[in-house]
Formats: sequence, structure tokens, C-alpha cells
Amino acid sequence: MFSYILRRVFATIPVMLIVALFVFSLLYIAPGDPAAVIAGDQASPEDVEKIRKNLGLDRPFLIRFSEWFFNLLQGDLGTSMFTGMPVTELIGQRVEPTLSLMLLTLIIAITIAVPIGVIAAWKSGTWIDRGIMAISVAGFSVPVFVVGYLLAYFLALELDWFPVQGYVSFSKGFWPWFETLVLPSIALGFVYIALIARITRATMLEVLSQDYIRTAKAKGMGQMGILFLHALKNAAVPVVTVIGIGIALLIGGAVVTESVFAIPGLGRLTIDAIVRRDYPLIQGLVVVFSFVYVLVNLLVDVIYTVIDPRIRY
Amino acid sequence: MTTYAAAPALPDILPPKRIRTGWVGFLFNNPTIAIGLALLLSMLFLAVAAPWLGTVDPTALEPIKRNREPSLEYWFGTDAFGRDIYSRVLYGARVSLTVGFSVALLASASGLLIGLVSGTIRRADSIIMRIMDGLMSIPPILLAIALMALTRASVENVVIAITIAEIPRVSRLVRGVVLTLREQPYVDAAISCGCRTPMLIWRHILPNTLAPLTVQATYICASAMITESILSFIGAGVPPIIPSWGNIMADGRTLFQIKPYIIFFPAVFLSLTVLAVNLLGDGFRDVLDPRKSKSA
Repeated sequence: MFSYILRRVFATIPVMLIVALFVFSLLYIAPGDPAAVIAGDQASPEDVEKIRKNLGLDRPFLIRFSEWFFNLLQGDLGTSMFTGMPVTELIGQRVEPTLSLMLLTLIIAITIAVPIGVIAAWKSGTWIDRGIMAISVAGFSVPVFVVGYLLAYFLALELDWFPVQGYVSFSKGFWPWFETLVLPSIALGFVYIALIARITRATMLEVLSQDYIRTAKAKGMGQMGILFLHALKNAAVPVVTVIGIGIALLIGGAVVTESVFAIPGLGRLTIDAIVRRDYPLIQGLVVVFSFVYVLVNLLVDVIYTVIDPRIRY
Repeated sequence: MTTYAAAPALPDILPPKRIRTGWVGFLFNNPTIAIGLALLLSMLFLAVAAPWLGTVDPTALEPIKRNREPSLEYWFGTDAFGRDIYSRVLYGARVSLTVGFSVALLASASGLLIGLVSGTIRRADSIIMRIMDGLMSIPPILLAIALMALTRASVENVVIAITIAEIPRVSRLVRGVVLTLREQPYVDAAISCGCRTPMLIWRHILPNTLAPLTVQATYICASAMITESILSFIGAGVPPIIPSWGNIMADGRTLFQIKPYIIFFPAVFLSLTVLAVNLLGDGFRDVLDPRKSKSA
């Protein structure tokens, strides 16, 4: 098992290398002159020249890349063009809200999605199943900010159950922190719930037709025991895979959710970076988010070996 | 003279079932496709016929009439610059549908090409797939954001950015299908009959990738429309002057607490359009892959 995990860890290195190389080359692949685009329409030729120099576009690609990559290995993502602060510092200041939002979303989504997926499979073909699946199609179709605004309008503005916007740090206590994050987490988790519920239902249907389920039934085991002990355990691998892959949806959605609910996290930082055309910051954010995504999926691979002892590559 | 007892008329145990054939029958048997198609066609109609549906210039500013509530004169109200939201939403359908369809077409065409090359040429496969692994590790919306930050805001650039973000998934899918098809006996048979590689791909492999590709293209169309609205909403999409659903919602963002209708109408149109395309995708999947329809 240890050697398998070690091999998986090493396998992520080329992936991360390609991510870094690709994100860096975007500056060179992009059509037109990126320096002129970043400078904006009102910029003087001197400004454009300054930005070109700042981005290192006046020097050869390979030299710039090795420089940038060497700094990256040392944890230096460059300097923000707008604030002049190190990108890693800017990102570090904003990690907490985003991390809280994502973790809470993950917990809420899994606790809702897995049981409803199991119920849909158990009651397959009935109106309960059809209802759950119809809601899941809606979950794929309604964009995250629409869900966010609907929740904010009805539950926060009209009913006044939750604060409309803002974020309270975890250090100020659990309840205020939790209260501000409930609506954003549900909004962000909506697609994710649909995705996980769908895959849970599909794999559960397959598992429930197996012989050992019939045996469990024959020996008099209760319905809940069969569903949640025997079947769910065997349906876990695809479900965990989708939970890992779906993190990409969460990362993209977090950018929007933080804007809707005015949460000062990495998503807001991304939007500010876009508005100010602060390319080094955008580059740093994409690299950090991608690495997190790769690491989460590495973790998923490790979890496989725990939930399914047959997996030993 | 013998008389025969006439058999009593049998009651109809099974009522006569009218079997519908042709287009009508197809839609009748696949209600998801029918509903999706009807919704999508009506959106398409609204988009194409926008100038003749009682709209005004969607970019015309009328500061005197700003922030009007929905009324008989302004069906969906007006925004902070006095622009008619009804007109903007109808013209916005053009942007969303254009982006959705173009991305679906471009991404499946390029993904098909890359997938076919990667699936047939073994030496190229490992290199292409490593690159695709890397690309897939960048969350699609962030990749599109990074690309948009380096190019001028325009509908074409939005299409290109979202297409690049979607290509890895398509090429993965096509490659997987090609790899399983290569093991099929009829492919061996074709090779043993002297069929050359280009003809083999064109005649025996390509047609069999089209069914899963169609389903995938529909889902890509749906996700591209959502991505476009997200990009426009956060200010990295189509230029603010062009009315797109994401832009209208971005305009309504600051006034959300007092004028929620500015966001409400484009949100409903966007959700319905994406729902229509998703329903079509689910319908296509059930029709084209009968094995999957039972489980998923």
C-alpha cells in the first residue's frame, strides 16, 4: 500500500509540471499583444513597454520560464502588478474564507447528496425517484449565482433568517461563522449535490442487483442495514471519484459565490485581479487552485485503497 | 340444417394502442427530447425574432426612465441606466445561444481530431494524454478566466477561451471510445481485408464515435452557456456594451437588495435554456445508449 501511495505521489509531479508550463505559456500563446491588452486602451506606449518589461516579455521564453519555475519551487509566485505585494502573501491573506466555504459545502453536499441518491436507487421507478432525478437535472441547469441570489432574496432579505452578505472569521466563534456561510455553501453545493446524488443512484442500482444483496435480504437483514452497510460500501469508489472530480466545480463556483455573498476570499481576489488586469496574480491563483485540485484527487486515490482493498496497482 | 351459434363479441381486454411512427412517434416516446426541443426552439425563436417582438434598442440609455419596476410599458422593468430589460434579455439570448452552439461545435470537432490521433497513433498517445491530464487539472472556469485576462473582451475570444477549457474532456472521451473500438472483431476483419488506416478511421471508427460525441456535445453546450454567463457576470466575458444574460445580471448586482427583478429575468431565461439543452442531452443519451439509460 505504501509503495502504491508513493507511486501515485510521484505520478502527480509531471501533471503539476505541465500545469505550470501551460499556465506560464498562456502569456505567449494568447493572440495579440498581452502587454497592450493588460495596459488597457488609454495607456501610453511607455506604459505598455513598462508592463512588457514587468512581465518579462522582452526576454526569451525559456529563460523567463526557468526563472519563474525556479521561484515557484521556492514558493515565490511573483509580485502583484497592482499592489506591488508578493502574490503568495496576497493569496495567504484570503485563504481562510475560501477554505471554510469549500469545507462546509463539501460536508453539506455529501450529507445531503449520498442519502438522497441511496433513496432514489432504493425507490427506483417510483415518483420519489423521479422527483429526486428531476431536481438533479434542475441542479445542473441553474447556475450557481442564480441559486445564490434566490436564497439570499427569500431566506435572508424576505425571511431574515440568515445574514444577507459578508463573512465572519472562525476565530470570532463558531456560530457567527457558520451563520454567514450556510447560504453560500448551499448555493455553491447545489450542482455538486446533483452530481453526487446522480452517481450514487446509478452505482447503487448496479450494486443492489448483486447476489450478496439478495443473500443479505434472505438472512433477514433490515432494509437500512442492507442499503447503508452492504450496498453503499460497495458503491463507494465511483461516488468518491465524483466527489474528487467535482472539486473543480466548487473552485469555479467559489469565485462566483464569493462575489454574490461578498465573502473576502480567493474568489473575490480573482475578480479584483481581473478588473485590474493583474496578470501575475491571476497566474498565481490559477496555479494554486490547480495544485489544490491535483492534491485532492491524489487524496481520493489514496482513499480508494482504504475503501476497496482490492485496489493495488 | 345446422345452426351455428354465433360467437359473442369479445370484450376488448386490451384497448387498441395507437402506434405512432416517424417524427411524431419519436417525440411521443421520448418526452425529455420533446420538452427540451420545444424549450430550445422557443428560445431560438425569441433570439432570432428579437427585433420584431416589441423590443427597443437594448443599448439605448434613457437616464430619466431608470430603475422602473416591471409594468405594461416596460415588461421586465428598466435598469440603472434606463435600458429596457425586456429588450436586453431577448437580445441576450443571441449571445448565449451563439456561445453555446459554437463552443459545442468547435470543442467536439477539435476534441474528435485529437482523440482520433491519440487513439490510433500509439506514439503520440502518451504525449497527448499527459498534456490533456495537465489541462484537465486546471478548473475550466479558471482556465477561461486566465485566457480572457490576456485577450480583448469579445464574443469570439469568449468562445475560444471556453473551447480550450472543454477540449481535454472531449478528446479523453473520443480516445477511450477509439481504444475499445480497435479491439472489435470487425476492425480486425477490416484490417485483414487490407483496409488502410485513413479508410479504417473514416469508415469503421469515426461513425461509432459520433453517438457518444453527440451526447457530450450537448452537455458541453449547456456548460458553455453557464460558463459564459459566469465570465460576463464577473467581468471577464463579453464586453459590457453587448447585452448578454451574464452582463445584465452583473449590472443588477449592486441594486440586488432593492431591485431584484433586474437579476430575476435573465436568471430565469438562462436557467430555462440550460435546462432545455440538458434535457436534450439526457434524451439523446437514453436513445443512443440503451444500456446506460437503465442505470443512470
